[in-house]
Formats: sequence, C-alpha cells, structure tokens
Amino acid sequence: MNRINQLFKDKQNSILSIYFTAGHPEMGTTKLIIEELEKNEVDMIEIGIPFSDPLADGPVIQQSSQKALENGMTLKKLLAEIKDIRHKVKIPLLLMGYFNTVFQYGVEAFCSDIKSIGIDGVILPDMPIKVYEAKYQKIFEKYGIIPVFLITPETSEERIRKIDKLSKGFIYMVSSSSTTGIKNKLDEKSIVYFKRIKEMNLKNQLIAGFGISNKETFDEICKYANGGIIGSAFVKAIETGENLLSQIKRFIATIKY
Amino acid sequence: MKYSVNKTGYYGNFGGAYIPELLYPNVKNLEENYMKIINSASFQKEFLALLKDYVGRPSPLYYSKRLSDKYHINLYLKREDLNHTGSHKINNTIGQILIAKHLGKKRIIAETGAGQHGVATATVCAREGLDCIIFMGETDVLRQKPNVEKMQMLGATVVPVKSGNKTLKDATNEAIRDWINHPSETHYIIGSVVGPHPYPDMVTQFQSVISEEIKKQLEEQTGSENPDTIIACVGGGSNAIGAFYHYLEDENVKLIAVEADGLGLETGETAATIAIGKPGIIHGSKTMLMQTDDGQIVEPYSISAGLDYPGIGPIHAHLFETDRVEFIRATDDEALKAALELTQMEGIIPALETAHALAALKKIKFKKGETVVINISGRGDKDMETYRNYLAKINEKPSEERLFIGMYSVPTSNIHGADTNVNGLFVP
Ligand SMILES: Cc1ncc(COP(=O)(O)O)c(C=O)c1O
Repeated sequence: MNRINQLFKDKQNSILSIYFTAGHPEMGTTKLIIEELEKNEVDMIEIGIPFSDPLADGPVIQQSSQKALENGMTLKKLLAEIKDIRHKVKIPLLLMGYFNTVFQYGVEAFCSDIKSIGIDGVILPDMPIKVYEAKYQKIFEKYGIIPVFLITPETSEERIRKIDKLSKGFIYMVSSSSTTGIKNKLDEKSIVYFKRIKEMNLKNQLIAGFGISNKETFDEICKYANGGIIGSAFVKAIETGENLLSQIKRFIATIKY
Repeated sequence: MKYSVNKTGYYGNFGGAYIPELLYPNVKNLEENYMKIINSASFQKEFLALLKDYVGRPSPLYYSKRLSDKYHINLYLKREDLNHTGSHKINNTIGQILIAKHLGKKRIIAETGAGQHGVATATVCAREGLDCIIFMGETDVLRQKPNVEKMQMLGATVVPVKSGNKTLKDATNEAIRDWINHPSETHYIIGSVVGPHPYPDMVTQFQSVISEEIKKQLEEQTGSENPDTIIACVGGGSNAIGAFYHYLEDENVKLIAVEADGLGLETGETAATIAIGKPGIIHGSKTMLMQTDDGQIVEPYSISAGLDYPGIGPIHAHLFETDRVEFIRATDDEALKAALELTQMEGIIPALETAHALAALKKIKFKKGETVVINISGRGDKDMETYRNYLAKINEKPSEERLFIGMYSVPTSNIHGADTNVNGLFVP
C-alpha cells in the first residue's frame, strides 16, 4: 500500500504535514531536513521543487525558491540528494512544484525516477485536470504515484465531486482565496467553507494548506480537516540556516505542544 | 479556420490553460462567456463606436514614398501609433473593459512592460470609472517614466514589481498573484495574446481589426487587398496577430514576425523566444519558452521593454511550427538605427518595439516593387530618453552619421550638414 494511504488508514486526525523548498536555505540540507522532520514526528512531508516563477506562492516561498535556484538546485540534483532517503525515512513523501520543471524532465521519466526513490505523491498546482486525465493519468498509475489536486473556496461543488473521484490519496483544501503565506488567524469565511466541505462527506481525506502557520491555525483547521500543511511559516523559521536541526525541533514543538 | 483556436483552447500543440485551481473559476467564467458577450449586438455596437470615436479608427494606411524608393518596394505603414494613447494596445483594452463590465467586475488589474498597455488600461478604466491597478517591473518603471506618470494621472495605482528581473514577466506573475488574492471582484486585462485560454483568442479577436482595415485600405489604394508581405514586431504577439489575422488563410501573403534579439543570440542577452526557446509553460499557457534544461524560465533581455518577454503567444508558436509565419530577429542596435531612419525620412518617431519591425527592411530580400505593409504598433514618445542617449552616443563617433546627427542636435551651426541631409547621403 502506498504510504499516503497507509498513513490515512492509521490516523485520521491532526495529521501534520510540512512543506519546505529543496535547496533552501542551503544546498545539501534537503535530506537533513526530511530526517529531522520525521524524528520530530511530523506525519508527512512536501518537498518543494524550486521554480523561477512560482505563481501561486507568496513572498516567503518565492524567496526560498529564488535562493534555492541561486544555490544551484535543480530537479535532477534534488532527486540525486534524496536517492537513498528510504534507508531511514518511513513517512510519506511528496514532491510539490510547478508543471514546467516536470514537463522538461519528462513526465514518465519523472514518475519512474521518483518511484524508484520511494516518493509517494506529487502536487503540481498548475497541471490541469483535463491534461492529467488525457495524457498523464496512465503514467502516474503505472508507477503508483498519487497525484494530489487542490480545491479552493471558489471551487464549485460539481468540480469538487469530480476531483474527489479522481483523487486516490487526499484532497488539498486551500484555506482561502490567496497565494501561500503566513496568517495568524483563519477568517470567518474560511470556516464557513471548511464546514461546507466537511458536510460534503467526500471519500478522500482533506488536508488543508495555505495560511496554516501556527498552533492556533493548525488546531482550528483540524476541527474540519484531517490535518494541515504548514509551508511559509516553516520555511521562514529555517531561513537563516543557523542551528538548522534545533530550529526544526523548536518549530515543530510550537505546533505540537 | 485552420489557425483558429480549437474547442479545448489549443492551437495545434500550444495553448490550453495551465493554471492553479485558484484561478480556475475566473478563467472558466471568462471562457464560458467571452464569445457570447463579443457576439452580442450591444457589445458590438459599443465596441465599434468606441473604436471609431474614442480610439480614432480606422488608423491610416500610409504610403511611405521615401522608404519605398530607398528599398525598391511599395511600402505601406499601418499607423497604430496614431490611435488614442499611442499604440495598438487600446484595441484590446476597449474590448476587455466591455467584457469586464458585462461580467460585473469592478476592479481592473493589468501588467505592463513598455507602459503602453498600462496606459491603455488606465485610460479605459478612467472612462468607465473603475479601479485600476497596474503591475510594472521596477526596471521598466525607470525606463518608461512618461507612461508611469500618465497612468498615475489617469488615476491608476502603479505597483513597481521587485521580483526576478523586474520586467514584464515579473509584472505578469504579480498580476496573476493579485488575481488569485482577489478572485471575485477583479478582471485581469492581459495585454497580449498570452496567458491561459481564452485570453489568446480573445485578444486576437480584438486586435484583428488591424488586418481587417489593412484589407480595405489596400484595396482602395492599390486595387488589391493582398500585399506580398506583412511585417510586425512580436513580444507576446498581439500587434503581429492583429496585422496577420485576416491574411492567415491567404497563404500567398508572406507574414514576417520580428523578435527582439537584444545584444545578439550568441551573447545570450536576447528576447528571441522562437529562436532559442523550447515548448514549455508560462503564465498559464503551453508555448515556446526561453528556459534552462531544468525548466527554469530564463530572464530575457531587450532594449525594448515591450518585447522583453521570455514567452510568446501560443498562436505564434503554432504559426511557427506550421511554417505559416517566418520569424526573424533584430538587435537593439538594428532597431535603434531603423527608428532613426523612419524618424528622419518620414517624420514618424516609432516606439522602440515597432523599430524592430522596421529593422526588417534591411534584412529581407524583397522582390523589386513588391507591396509590403509594416505595422507601426506604437509611437516613440515614451522612448525619448533611450533615443536621446543613443543619439548622444553616436554623436561621439566621428563618422558620416556624426555629421548628420551633429546637424540634428545643433540645427543652426552646420549648413553643410543640412545639405547632406537634403541630398539623402545619410544612411543610418
Ligand atoms: C508599441 C508596442 N508595440 C509592440 C508591443 C509588443 O506587444 P505585442 O507583441 O503584444 O504586440 C508593445 C508592448 O508593450 C508596444 O507597446
């Protein structure tokens, strides 16, 4: 069974998932960050593939992406760095990025290579569902890679049902109509939307992201979703690169305790 | 039509809507409604009336006697520079502001490079009384200052974009992010035939008035609606597709698109997407794209802010792939020379973007006496600082040019120089 499905079988509440950008703050930190996150009992990790033009991201992830590219990170180097990650790490790992980097790598080569590393899923927010179905679904299924699709407060019910049908792992519930970034509170409108989605009784688990930044927002979101993804706040916490491991430990502790 | 967009939003292998889910409802809404709105009688009536009385259409088709003689062709200039706000960009913003009104949108955003699209957008927003926010790369804010001041006077907020190369690509990124953050009340007026479907098709339709008029005017002036060759510059490609559109099916009309080559292909400092790009995804559409092997978008370079873009409209990628349009390149230097030539031989100061199209005159082997149309996409007011610097630079060089330019900068001091001009000895 895919590790993502195994995780959701074992745990339905307060799933903590962390996003970070590979190659930031420095080259050679990707593997360390993953291992340290697992050690601190994070449930799942999204490894960001840096991209020059991250359209759906706010300033923090934009800057991390730019820094990673300046540091020399590429998709090939990223995969080389985490080649042996499964020797130690057991939790589900996903790659998250923009479609062009994967498209240039070659979608089939990408799926095949990440499968052999032990990556479980992929989040490509700008890969259209129609294109996925027409061209790439067979490839993803052949290699057992789970694609994760996003829904937002503006997504129609009909489309959410369609995405639910297509999804095999979880649905990424974007918390508000915004780019990624740090928020200290979830607004009323978001809560109404979370309730609406919860009442739809979808077959997939829901993991919320965008604006989940601290214990308060994480705990709040876990009332409506199976868990949350923290990105910008984590990226920001480790941006200096100093005492990387203890910064990670400290940050995760502020969410959990 | 053979080169039109298909039902799923593609031109052959290019186009589509590669957008994050956050943009999906807005783009879908536009896709479902744009044709209905455009085809409605009320839209057509208002659109055509505004093009006539507000923009000043039809723009003239002007026979350039002196350049015709010089190049042994019959050269016609399509004068989009004479439109209100000084470029073809207003054809599109008039259309899109009416679409926005039909969709009930109250807040307008746009990206701009040269500032022409920003000014054209701020202008129609002023006319409709709608909020207007223009994203412009910080580099371009500096090099196109007159346009920034115009936008501000028109009541628009100009947001200098500090990410990336601080030019058109980055301004577009920031406009898209703004749209993600303000989905319900905002319409994004994209300035060229780029972006996710249906933008390339919608903007193409609004700009197609250029070739519609060329057909009529050429028929009146020459007895035939078809020229042998049409030439236009391409950034995203909106003025070019406007000038080509109604000729796409007439395969005997040669269509030439001129890309900005900056300092030259071999230097890497270029914006010639077709020349060095590969298929990829930029700003929501699959098209030709300047990128690294890793799929990172490469920062382009051109002296012309409006052509300084690493992608190209998907319809042009398709027209390239099917060999319908020939793509050539002109460097900064070639464009500057061509701008000076038009200025001093016809009394028309072109935009730097347009200057790239004019540079084609020296690059193409024309048949003697063939009919050529060049689309003068805009006027050069905004580029005076660049032109001034260029003139100052060649003034330092002891050459035939210097004599002429010396005359230009100090008109009364050199009567001999004036003779040189009159006798046409000056060859830029
Ligand atoms: C005068 C002029 N011509 C051409 C362009 C390039 O755009 P497009 O290729 O869409 O015509 C611009 C863009 O700013 C412009 O201002």
